[in-house]
Amino acid sequence: MAQTAFLSEYLPILIFIGIALVMAFAMVIGSWVAGKHRPDKEKLSAYECGFDAFDDSRHKFDIRFYLVAILFIIFDLEIAFLFPWAVSLGSIGLMGFWSMVVFLGILTVGFVYEWKKGALDWE
Amino acid sequence: MLASLVFYTFGFILILSSLFVITARNPVHSVLFLILGFFNAAGLFVLLGAEFLAFILAIVYVGAVAVLFLFVVMMLDISFADLRKDAMQYVPVGLLVGGVLLIELTMVFMSWQASPELAQNIAHPIDAAAQANNTKALGLILYTDYLLIFQMSGMVLLVAMIGAIVLTLRGRSGVRRQDVSKQVSIKRADVVEVQKVTSGTGI
Repeated sequence: MAQTAFLSEYLPILIFIGIALVMAFAMVIGSWVAGKHRPDKEKLSAYECGFDAFDDSRHKFDIRFYLVAILFIIFDLEIAFLFPWAVSLGSIGLMGFWSMVVFLGILTVGFVYEWKKGALDWE
Repeated sequence: MLASLVFYTFGFILILSSLFVITARNPVHSVLFLILGFFNAAGLFVLLGAEFLAFILAIVYVGAVAVLFLFVVMMLDISFADLRKDAMQYVPVGLLVGGVLLIELTMVFMSWQASPELAQNIAHPIDAAAQANNTKALGLILYTDYLLIFQMSGMVLLVAMIGAIVLTLRGRSGVRRQDVSKQVSIKRADVVEVQKVTSGTGI
């Protein structure tokens, strides 16, 4: 049966996931069981170079991080389109080749725009 | 046997983690549960034989969208205790929207009819030309048969890119950027000046 043959190729990954889960749980539970427990208030108190923490760690940060993340996602999607193209390039002929070149050209227009606009500079 | 065991494990963890997404008190925790849910959905896709979709889900959603969600969650500078305090006033609207959605879904489900070709499609899920794997099967039609849609998706990505730049990029005044060509092309005469100084006067 083709389906079982296909799935058995993924069996090593499943085994690795299982081993990783067992090891992670073994370490956490093992240290919890075997370790000494002496709770102390001072062990949990804030220590920031001797000061109390000034502020909450959750505050607004610069919008430019967001811009970098969204540009990363767009090029990530572009890569996702490249995978099937690379696999099937031998069978789709010149038409398929040039359609991808046009697609990359469109995105290169955007890339040139963001470069010239200075969106990639971090002053 | 093993496949169904794996299916139920992935499905169970998926449902459980999506439950935690909406019940976790800390929004960062719910984003992390969302990533766990994405991984389990990718596992379910692999079980269905859609391996390309599974890896795209892992790459695009886990790698990128989840990062973006984390950014949004962290960028919202709101006190979550305050938010929870007057969350109750949105309950009627939420119930209304949820109820309408539930009714619509029920109507769709009631009038659902399986296509008569379904039985033979299940018997031959992939046609013989693309027997190899579904990444290749996708590649065989996406760039030629669906050329227009493919190019339109490129345009959508371009619009997204330019839109993100236009919305978020602000020119800052008083910033001194490095300009390499200006640095390299500068002449000695532009910056160095020799002056005759008589002793005791200064410049």
